[in-house]
Amino acid sequence: MLIPHPLLGLRDAQEFTYLGDASLLNRPDPAEGEAAFCDYVFLRDNPAGVHRELWYHEQGDRSWLVVTRDTVTHEILGAELARDVKGAGA
Amino acid sequence: MSRLDGGLVDRDRVLSFSFDGRRYVGHPGDTLASALLANGVKLMGRSFKYHRPRGVLSAGSEEPNALVELRTGPRQEPNTRATVAELFDGLEARSQNRFPSLGFDLLGINDLFAPFLTAGFYYKTFMWPKAFWEKLYEPAIRRAAGLGRLSMGPDPDAYDKGFLHCDLLVIGGGAAGLSAALTAGRAGARVVLADEDFRLGGRLLAESHLLDDAPATDWVRMVEAELASLPNVRVLTRTTVFGAYDHGIYGAVERVSDHLADPAGRVRQTLWRITARRTVLAGGATERHVPFRNNDRPGIMLAGAMRAYANRWAVSPVARGERVAIFTNNDDGHRTAVDLLAKGVPVLAVIDPREHAPRLGGYQVMAGATVTGARGRLGLRSIEVTRNGQPEWLECSALGVSGGWNPNVNLASHHRGRPVWSEDHLAFLPGGELPSCMTVAGAAAGQGSTHAALHDGVAQARAALDALGIAASETAVPVAEDAPLRQTAFWHVPGRGRAWVDFQNDVTVKDIALAHKENMRPVEHLKRWTTLGMATDQGKTANVTALAVMAELTGKGIPQTGTTIFRPPYTPVALSVLGGGNTGPGFRPTRLTPTHEWAKAEGATFVEVGQWMRAQYFPKDGESHWRQSVDREARAVRSGVGLCDVTTLGKIDVQGADAGEFLNRIYSNMMGTLKVGRVRYGLMLREDGFVYDDGTCARLAEDHFVVTTTTANAGLVFRNMEFARQCLWPELDVQVISTTDAWAQIAVAGPHARTLLSRLVDDFDLSNEAFPFMACGDLTVCGGLRARLFRISFSGELAYEIAVPARYGNALMARLMERGQDLGATPYGTEALAVLRIEKGHAVAAEINGQTTAAMLGLGRMVSEKKDSIGAVMSRREGMVADRRRLVGLMPVDPSQQVVAGAHLFNPGAEQGTATDQGWVTSSCFSPHLGSYISLGLLEDGDARLGDVVIAANPLAGVNIETKVVSPHFVDPDGERLRD
Repeated sequence: MLIPHPLLGLRDAQEFTYLGDASLLNRPDPAEGEAAFCDYVFLRDNPAGVHRELWYHEQGDRSWLVVTRDTVTHEILGAELARDVKGAGA
Repeated sequence: MSRLDGGLVDRDRVLSFSFDGRRYVGHPGDTLASALLANGVKLMGRSFKYHRPRGVLSAGSEEPNALVELRTGPRQEPNTRATVAELFDGLEARSQNRFPSLGFDLLGINDLFAPFLTAGFYYKTFMWPKAFWEKLYEPAIRRAAGLGRLSMGPDPDAYDKGFLHCDLLVIGGGAAGLSAALTAGRAGARVVLADEDFRLGGRLLAESHLLDDAPATDWVRMVEAELASLPNVRVLTRTTVFGAYDHGIYGAVERVSDHLADPAGRVRQTLWRITARRTVLAGGATERHVPFRNNDRPGIMLAGAMRAYANRWAVSPVARGERVAIFTNNDDGHRTAVDLLAKGVPVLAVIDPREHAPRLGGYQVMAGATVTGARGRLGLRSIEVTRNGQPEWLECSALGVSGGWNPNVNLASHHRGRPVWSEDHLAFLPGGELPSCMTVAGAAAGQGSTHAALHDGVAQARAALDALGIAASETAVPVAEDAPLRQTAFWHVPGRGRAWVDFQNDVTVKDIALAHKENMRPVEHLKRWTTLGMATDQGKTANVTALAVMAELTGKGIPQTGTTIFRPPYTPVALSVLGGGNTGPGFRPTRLTPTHEWAKAEGATFVEVGQWMRAQYFPKDGESHWRQSVDREARAVRSGVGLCDVTTLGKIDVQGADAGEFLNRIYSNMMGTLKVGRVRYGLMLREDGFVYDDGTCARLAEDHFVVTTTTANAGLVFRNMEFARQCLWPELDVQVISTTDAWAQIAVAGPHARTLLSRLVDDFDLSNEAFPFMACGDLTVCGGLRARLFRISFSGELAYEIAVPARYGNALMARLMERGQDLGATPYGTEALAVLRIEKGHAVAAEINGQTTAAMLGLGRMVSEKKDSIGAVMSRREGMVADRRRLVGLMPVDPSQQVVAGAHLFNPGAEQGTATDQGWVTSSCFSPHLGSYISLGLLEDGDARLGDVVIAANPLAGVNIETKVVSPHFVDPDGERLRD
């Protein structure tokens, strides 16, 4: 697969480490307590279809990306810097 | 010899080769199959299940029958197809799946038991008694199964992998592929043209057609020369594109030296990973046969293959004076008769089931007739031809069969693209979801005439260039034959006896009928029940015919019956080339410490720690057991001074105005309050609350920290820090970078550590007052070398870790040894390091194993409740807090008894089981300091049981050892030495 890195252009997926569901960006406030953290830590979506997921450009510029990918066709619909997504209040 | 005139073999040179021990000769340009046929060898193999004698069926990579073993010794390779094995001088080939010989095979008896070996035979037969499966059935089946033998020796060949990028990948170098590549090449696009053959031209080489009134090979040669002259075109022959992967990435294997007797330093094969913006698949078509009774007799082959052998390799399918017959349901089959006659090979007749069969040359046509049987177990002798219900036996030594052509849709269906049935073509054409940016040209798309293929190649290339925004001019293509496709849907000859559909896996029409009767009707079930198409040829010559037979049985029609799709690889790929040469030391990278050369010179024994090679211990003369070396090294640290390369521990540089706040959130304990010039031990949790990693955190400036991680987690902790920085708290002003490889770090530990260091530092006050325990600072050593000094201790002794730029690591170690000679400076390795840390009760990976909480390790107070940090909330979960196992020290009551790590702890006298389990031993070693074996372990309520005796049980060895529960700090529990 090729991942369209927002800064570096198309990069081979082998350069990346995969983490999974981009909901990991949404770490709960500690005040929300254990139940919120249990959801955050243990529950992930794993859809057949469009999925927003985290990829780390470990063999590259070390950017964490939010990649939107169709898990059925592997079509990549977009890639953003995670820090931009987080900053925009994802 | 049955060589004809003409052909594309170099008759001036003779190649000698052997098959089953007999010597033959051939010429450059031959395949093993063409050379064997030229020598009159028809029998080339035995079938998989019934061990039926088989000859060659095809002239290409679809071959199901002629599978042979090539070469001897470690290069022996089973299951190669004689039809694509390029002949070289000295080639040794052997038939396989036969015993004792190809002509007489004992397991040929299977053929007599054929009524019992029908479809689903395994599933039905070996059901009971159940216990027989493992002891009897499976071993027996395994012995009988499989084709060919491996050498069982290590692979002596080298392999390589490479990456190619192009605008247009053209797969297949036949008429369509060549015109596509030429069109794109002339337009300036970066083109890769790959063909599995050793010669470009594809089917053009096998036909007698003229292009612009000249032999087709003239045009091929011209195009080849032009492509070679274009710097933007790369032509890869002997290269099979075996798989289509995501986003225009293709896998290909180039057989670099398989055709050479001696690779002479070259790699055997190269794995290419080709990234293409557009792809034109011009993979051609594969002829199908027509099953009839005993249609697997050696000498019966595809009509197109017969033509290829005659035209390209100048090989007659029969010996002089013998006759050939053709059985075809289409006009193309008649061409074989025409070409054979032109070469002087006598043609008995063309048998054509069509009532109005054409007659294209001076041969007899038997219209409305079918072949209903064949005789000649080891070589065809006669065929039974039935016309108007009247059978008659005719003598002939070879039969060419054509049931039409199947486009090679394989690669087009690698992304689930299900081929679609075309009633016009009587074939499946590429359809459904093609791999991205792929189009199909030529015979692979049903454009089978030479004229159509040439034009389609140009058209598809132009479409691809258009999509890429590259301007293309019209490419003139030569005038070529454009015979219409005339054929009739005739799939198999009904009648008694067995008619083979899948030659390699021995699937007959009867097996398909049985599958139908047993309701295994969906194509996927049919395939698995009968093993149709599941051999190494993936049923290239069988699948569509089988579907047609099933469609006939169900009365549903072929499109409704459906079709299976293909997976990579297109043809078998050797595992070794997928490794691409990454074997032995190349299997994964090795990291060497900055003092590696020094340690090697000292005679160190090394151990792999992740990717690192670390010195394990330094044996001295007279030491015959590793324990002697390790005990000596550990003692030296406790009594003098020891030196250990600790570079492998991860080092992460953390800088920025918010560095302190960032580390507060990463570590469970408070880091932001750390004073400049001081070091603090830090504990990291995973977000689920378990302990993750530990290390030290040194504050070099208000906005500058250097933290260490364990060796194993260096990369992961860094990744997690980047995650935290970018994904959790991008608002923090903080930067991190790994400096593990930038600094060589050496632990200087022992009572004389300060004395030794004082001899190296430049004007730096090492006194306890100026540089106390847990101090850190920048300094220079050895007359101006930049260094960092940390007063931290893993051994529990007075100790420092000194860091210098990595390239000075070796020199620093040598200097420390030299200057510490009178102090007894001793290098120590990872074994002594482990002994020292167990004596001191420091937790490492054996204790931090992903299942331990901070409290269990006696570090509960390090999880600050005053702040949030990763894992803090989850670490307070009820179940985790309730875990009362605690890290303890364990000493065997009898000091000579050795408790092994992994032993479980039980109360004395208690029954030993999961319910009574009290914990386990995490680490064990012999402590030279205490003169006893010692252990660390996690024990229920361990901190409250000091002085108790528990049993360390190793039920595997039947050993129970009484051990006393003690503090995990065996040495200097109050920490006076390290503060000294």
